[in-house]
Amino acid sequence: MTPSRYTDHQLELAIGRLLQAGVLLAAVVVAVGGIAMLAHHGQSPADFHTFRPLAELGSLLGIAHGVMSRDSQAIVQLGLVLLIATPIARVAFTLCAFVLQRDRLYVGITTAVLALLVYGLIWGRA
Amino acid sequence: MSILAFSVVVALGSFAAGLLGSLTGLGGGIIVVPMLTILLHVDLRYAIGASLVSVIATSSGAAAAYVREGYTNVRIGIFLEVATTLGALAGAALAGVIPNSALAVLFGLVLLSTAYRSLGAAEEHVTTQPSHPWATRLRLDGTYPTSSGMQAYSVQGVPAGFSLMFVAGILSALLGIGSGVIKVLAMDRIMQLPFKVSTTTSNFMIGVTAAASAGVYLHRGYIDPFIAFPVTIGVLCGALVGARVLARARVSWLKSIFTAVVLILAAEMLYKGITGGL
Repeated sequence: MTPSRYTDHQLELAIGRLLQAGVLLAAVVVAVGGIAMLAHHGQSPADFHTFRPLAELGSLLGIAHGVMSRDSQAIVQLGLVLLIATPIARVAFTLCAFVLQRDRLYVGITTAVLALLVYGLIWGRA
Repeated sequence: MSILAFSVVVALGSFAAGLLGSLTGLGGGIIVVPMLTILLHVDLRYAIGASLVSVIATSSGAAAAYVREGYTNVRIGIFLEVATTLGALAGAALAGVIPNSALAVLFGLVLLSTAYRSLGAAEEHVTTQPSHPWATRLRLDGTYPTSSGMQAYSVQGVPAGFSLMFVAGILSALLGIGSGVIKVLAMDRIMQLPFKVSTTTSNFMIGVTAAASAGVYLHRGYIDPFIAFPVTIGVLCGALVGARVLARARVSWLKSIFTAVVLILAAEMLYKGITGGL
């Protein structure tokens, strides 16, 4: 029992560091896009009182297109999607750990959680 | 106000929220939404979207530090995440049909309960009663490090804890918060886990819960780059600075400030909700 606990802990620590790196990467992308965005639109009036969603920045495909054409708002969105993906990656890593441990019950439970998360992010329906 | 000035104001406010949240351990997400809606007149949906992303950032960013402490119970976390992610998707579905005034009142009530919780002191307890039968089947029991070596703990009230986690997921999606206070309540009080295990496992779960509804909100256009950019960077920097100064800070004094801020925001949210001003 003790040796497996130890490797569990080591694995979790590695996952924790990966997540930190993911958050850092995402924050850099958001900051770079954000500064470019302010350079372009900084002097426009701020009016966020009414809800006017931008359709092209609300889908993963639209964001990818925007990033290709170096649209600063799409770059910020890309960073935000990376951030949303960090906990999903954590669940995916946890699933791998349970697979390695051949823990069938928890492979099932973790797969269910991962499926719900991927469903929300890809299809965007609730 | 120009977008540049707006971004600076939001970033500074979010920095303060992230700093207070990490210093008090109560999370800053609960301050971000009232700040954006009441003070800066941002639409509630934009505020919720930006707040959720910042909640994810602080949860994932702090993961390594929490794991190093060696308290997180991954099995309990992942099992309860079934309830929180289902709750979050249900909450995201409900968010489209619940009027803003009702959400503001709900937010006010959650703020009040957070203020109440922040006054109570954390007590460490270990239950040695036999675990709930579900906990045994799901192998939820664990051990955690104490000053006198590894201490085993049992797990109580699994169905009640699971149900409360579903509610925590709904509230997280509806209000754009981490619902850490409710998650800790479910694990600490109902499931009778040691306090440190509850708080670290809660951090593990907060990001996952928030990611479930944030994915849906991205498609609905709730996550706007002009608002999410200053909020995310501000909260993240505040939380990082908070983690650095935590050892030197006088937490009881800070908790009083946090409680006062939360109470004022609670009153504002309730007033706006009841008068329909949001």
